Amino acid sequence: MNSFTVKTTCAYCGVGCGVLAAPDGQGGAIIAGDPDHPANYGRLCVKGAALGETLSPDTRLLTPKIDGTATTWNRAIERIARGFEASIKAHGPDSVAMYLSGQMLTEDYYVANKFMKGFVGSSHCDTNSRLCMASSVAGHKRAFGSDTVPGSYDDLEEADLILLVGSNTAWCHPVLFQRMQRARESRGTRIVNIDVRRTATSVDCDMHLSIKPGMDSVLFAWFLVQLVESGATDSAFIGQHTAGFDAALAMAREIAPSLDQVSRLTGLDAADIAELSALVVGTPRLVTCYSQGVNQSAQGTDKVNAILNIHLATGRIGKAGMGPFSLTGQPNAMGGREVGGLSNQLAAHMGFSAPELDRVQRFWNATRMVQQEGLKAVDLFEGVASGRIKALWIMHTNPSVSLPRADFVRGSLGKLDFLAVSEAFSHVDGLLERAHVVLPASPWGEKDGTVTNSERRISRQRRFLAPVGEAKPDWWAIVQVAKRMGFGKAFDYSTPAAIFREHARLSAFENAGTRDFDIGGLAQVSDAAYDALAPVQWPVPADAGTPRLFGDGRFFHADQKARFIAVAMPALRETPSPRFSFILNTGRVRDHWHTMSRTRLSQRLSGHIREPYVEIHPDDAQRLGLKSNAYAQVRSAHAVATLRVEIHPGQQPGMLFAPIHWNEISGGGGRVSALMSPFTDPFSGQPESKATPVSITPLAMRSFGFLVARTRLELPRWLVHSRFTVVGGEAIIFACQCLPAELEALISNYLPAMGARSHMRDESRQVFRTLVTTRQRIETMLFIGPQRNESALDWTLQQFESPSHDEMARRALLAGQGASGNADRGPLICACNNVRASVITAAIAEGAGDVDAVGKACKAGTTCGSCKPEIKTLLAEFANQAQPEKPAPALV
Amino acid sequence: MREKLLVIGNGMASVRLCEELLQHSPKAFDITVIGAEKHVGYNRVLLSANLAGDASESELELHDRAWYAANNIHLVSNVKAVALDVIARQVRLADGHVIAFDRLVLATGSVPLMPPLPGMDLPGVLAFRDLDDVATMRELCAREAQVVVMGGGLLGLEAAYGLARRGAKVTVLHLMDRLMERQADGPAARLLRAGLARRGIRIELLAQTARVLGDVEVEGVELSDGRIIAAQALVCAIGIRPNVALAQAAGIKVERGILVDDYMQTSQPHIYALGECAQHRGVVYGLVEPAYQQARALARHLGGDVEANYLGSLLSTHLKVSGIGLFSCGNFMGTAESQNSVMDDPQFGAYRKLVFEGNRLIGAILVGDTSDAAWYRDIIASAADVSAQRDMLIFGQDFVQAQPVQGGSGHAPAPRHAA
Repeated sequence: MNSFTVKTTCAYCGVGCGVLAAPDGQGGAIIAGDPDHPANYGRLCVKGAALGETLSPDTRLLTPKIDGTATTWNRAIERIARGFEASIKAHGPDSVAMYLSGQMLTEDYYVANKFMKGFVGSSHCDTNSRLCMASSVAGHKRAFGSDTVPGSYDDLEEADLILLVGSNTAWCHPVLFQRMQRARESRGTRIVNIDVRRTATSVDCDMHLSIKPGMDSVLFAWFLVQLVESGATDSAFIGQHTAGFDAALAMAREIAPSLDQVSRLTGLDAADIAELSALVVGTPRLVTCYSQGVNQSAQGTDKVNAILNIHLATGRIGKAGMGPFSLTGQPNAMGGREVGGLSNQLAAHMGFSAPELDRVQRFWNATRMVQQEGLKAVDLFEGVASGRIKALWIMHTNPSVSLPRADFVRGSLGKLDFLAVSEAFSHVDGLLERAHVVLPASPWGEKDGTVTNSERRISRQRRFLAPVGEAKPDWWAIVQVAKRMGFGKAFDYSTPAAIFREHARLSAFENAGTRDFDIGGLAQVSDAAYDALAPVQWPVPADAGTPRLFGDGRFFHADQKARFIAVAMPALRETPSPRFSFILNTGRVRDHWHTMSRTRLSQRLSGHIREPYVEIHPDDAQRLGLKSNAYAQVRSAHAVATLRVEIHPGQQPGMLFAPIHWNEISGGGGRVSALMSPFTDPFSGQPESKATPVSITPLAMRSFGFLVARTRLELPRWLVHSRFTVVGGEAIIFACQCLPAELEALISNYLPAMGARSHMRDESRQVFRTLVTTRQRIETMLFIGPQRNESALDWTLQQFESPSHDEMARRALLAGQGASGNADRGPLICACNNVRASVITAAIAEGAGDVDAVGKACKAGTTCGSCKPEIKTLLAEFANQAQPEKPAPALV
Repeated sequence: MREKLLVIGNGMASVRLCEELLQHSPKAFDITVIGAEKHVGYNRVLLSANLAGDASESELELHDRAWYAANNIHLVSNVKAVALDVIARQVRLADGHVIAFDRLVLATGSVPLMPPLPGMDLPGVLAFRDLDDVATMRELCAREAQVVVMGGGLLGLEAAYGLARRGAKVTVLHLMDRLMERQADGPAARLLRAGLARRGIRIELLAQTARVLGDVEVEGVELSDGRIIAAQALVCAIGIRPNVALAQAAGIKVERGILVDDYMQTSQPHIYALGECAQHRGVVYGLVEPAYQQARALARHLGGDVEANYLGSLLSTHLKVSGIGLFSCGNFMGTAESQNSVMDDPQFGAYRKLVFEGNRLIGAILVGDTSDAAWYRDIIASAADVSAQRDMLIFGQDFVQAQPVQGGSGHAPAPRHAA
């Protein structure tokens, strides 16, 4: 770290770790954890630690583009303003939409939301947070009257029991998982994982329950019943601070009438259920963490409320070591919620009631105030397809990869009259080429603002790098468009700090404690104070932050009482059928993030899991004849993906798991979101990403191979392949149904024309290898054969940065392995009888005093005799007791 | 009284036969060796190394006269055998001496083929066969003469290389469209040509010599297409002819070479032949290793070993031109059923081809690093099943013995997912 070190926050998940970034003066930075940040106290996970490897300018969008051609910001802004205006004029404001991202900063988000809901006049302003935690928002609002995460990370260390529900915390929120592990060690905190699959999280916990998909509410209904039966509920709290308990309990009894029934529905062992419910009943310090396994569901909101119900029933909320805890997936999903980034939110945790609309309209001096909720993500893109949405601006997210039924989304983008995309990276699957205007957006490291993490902690994300190319922050781009459309007076910001102050003022505007989100204490923050802002948990009504809410029993419904929710009988929206007899679950892997735009740039992150895959239970695999590392086609009603098979006993029979990250920038065949059905939760609009009925069938591949290259080499999209970054370049693993010879003929066309080539071919074995070097450096290496050859790939990667300066080294590259001990044996002296120098020297040492004696001892020199002079040299060297010189290798 | 064994010829086959006889049956024979050259038997394989300056004349010498004396071998040098009487078991020498024998070994070797073209009798036309030729060629080099080498086979290229190395300006004329067409396939020949060109040797393919130009000595060579190449000398290395004249005149059965059976016996029971003059099972070998194998078999046979026989040699070629290794062995052009494994690295002048039939290696060509030559030759000779090593065999001995590297990128702690 140096004097230019900047304190900022991580670009990835909702833990919101503090990061120290020390720019190296060459566009990169040294990254370390910020020891002072309360989220992580200096710790970072592997993704955060590798942020420095993702700062290459090579992969960035550098200029604005109109219809694919570089242009000026001025023209691009003009084009967006005209595109939006034309749509408003012809089809009304409702024809315009924005689709935002949980990776935008709060200030960017605020400006976008204000622009759309107050001036464009369209509430079709939604965000990819819809895919992430919309069910938590809806559940919170139903129960608390506000979207509030009640607790703090400190509660994880003060709890005696932590339930992790639908969460692979170990991989997706690693720093929090480490905090939990420390509590486990120091305090004896018990950690229980409730998930449909065994994951890395299950390895480091006290109990794992493999629950049937969609049945979380049954288990929590049973807990509620057991709390009541055992008298562990807090009657006073229920009586004074809540409403709806009886109805919720009645419904819970219906859902979970008996242990047997609960066992049958959840697929869990009755003894395990009993053991866990005894723990839940008997452990007041209970934190229930939940993540996408709960949220990404067609009954996600009910699942959230089933969880909240048990905390409300016991009053275990807002107190040290107690409470429900939504672990958000994105760095600023929370910040987006705070400004109203979701289409069913207005702003500053206000909704669409008449008083709220009026209040925000007055605050903004809005010229065209929206009047009702807009379309949620899945519906928004339905609207694009149906022609209801005509003009769209997408920022920092790629719905054509990440939304359910992604192929449909991808196709529908072409129906837009106008599409603008703000994006940092130049390789974005299926999006940039469909945009009329592309804006080069400032990514992490180049932009300034605030983010809010899962514990409501607002932290500064600070700029530490100069903008690459003509990249600009999103707030600036939106402000320019707003000005061009005549809204200049309301968008007269020159800094993120100015935006933040207005955002803070709005949160306090006519609030008086009626709304949870109040950061009025920061409304007068100076530019300097904003720059220096220390991490703080909202609400900040005055000077200080707030670690916990609701401990006093005051909620934000009008009567200040929380609501129990009588959740519906759980049922999967789609159930397996004879045609689609498996249920596909999806999620993240440890070292990748979303669509990999950033993580795939890091060789460290790319090395952990190199290829997309589908996990299947061993029994299913055996029944279907699927082998580990073979390929399978996973087919849903919407699409088909070709994935490598991983056999894993952690899967339930009948279930599959595939990661969401891969797309056609990182490969071909592995875009998993395309398989998902667009079914959404009725309250939150969050899609069901964890339970899509699919079929899986083996796909016999006849050729396998890899390509390692200095520069990105394009391959046909139909080819099943996966790219990953390595030190010095990129590697691609591929497989194909065609014969290796056919594949070789095809892929050879994609190799660079320059450089020295060497080949190894064995047609009858279907082995084809090509090495291309420039200046004795590997440029590309192509291996094709009838089997996977992972050791050769690893060998190639080990050698990728070494010069291949002689024929032997090049032969080793084509061999895919190193030679053994050649150097030790010395150069070949007698070619006729294959005798190397070391053997001759040994013979001399054992007493062979002349050439003939050497010949008798080891046959050297006994056939053609050409090597006799060299044998004499060795004899002389030995006689002089000189250290034998290493003769130059006998090469050209 | 011991049997009289007469050996005609004092080349490498002859010397090796003597060595083997001394080892296996030192008391069985009174041995007489007749040599036409004035030199004691020397290592002809090293002639090109000697020309190139890589081996001295003394290094060529196989044994000195003292060795012959010490082992009671009667050596008669610098005289030719001119007549053989198979009935009387006598040989007459050019100097009129007549030597009687009980058993006779013909090791008369071969003579260079000289095409019957106009001008071939001019001074400056020579072969590349003995130390006298090398001495002449050294003189040519010393005055940086332009030399045409006729014949782009093994011998011609070694001559060309030696000449060029010592300062001569060399052009190789070759009748075919590629060099060493009987020992190399197309890619190997192309690499060979490029390697020689890099060493300043001009190569003319499809070059049919029409005549040698010059009135009193060689001035150049005219090709049939009219091209004229100036030269002060012509080295003819288009091939060899087994030296069968003596045997033929004596009525011994001869085709290209002197016909021998698996005991190296000619059509006359007490007369044997070996080396380049002999034709065994239809093959005349022009290489040293088969001659050595024949010598070993014959020595054992002569010593009374009834099981000793010679069944033929695996043909292999190893070009000894510094920096341009070329090795070929077995059926490297393949058969209808054979399969090839090929590796090439043109930038480094490297090329390898292995030819498999079923699970056996039947042929190989190496260009560049030929250090695996003997290993491949032994595998081919052994006819071993190589299916287990098949995929690594082409990379050489070092790779077949090597174990594949263990997987792992160095960062990935989850081998379950490692690609």
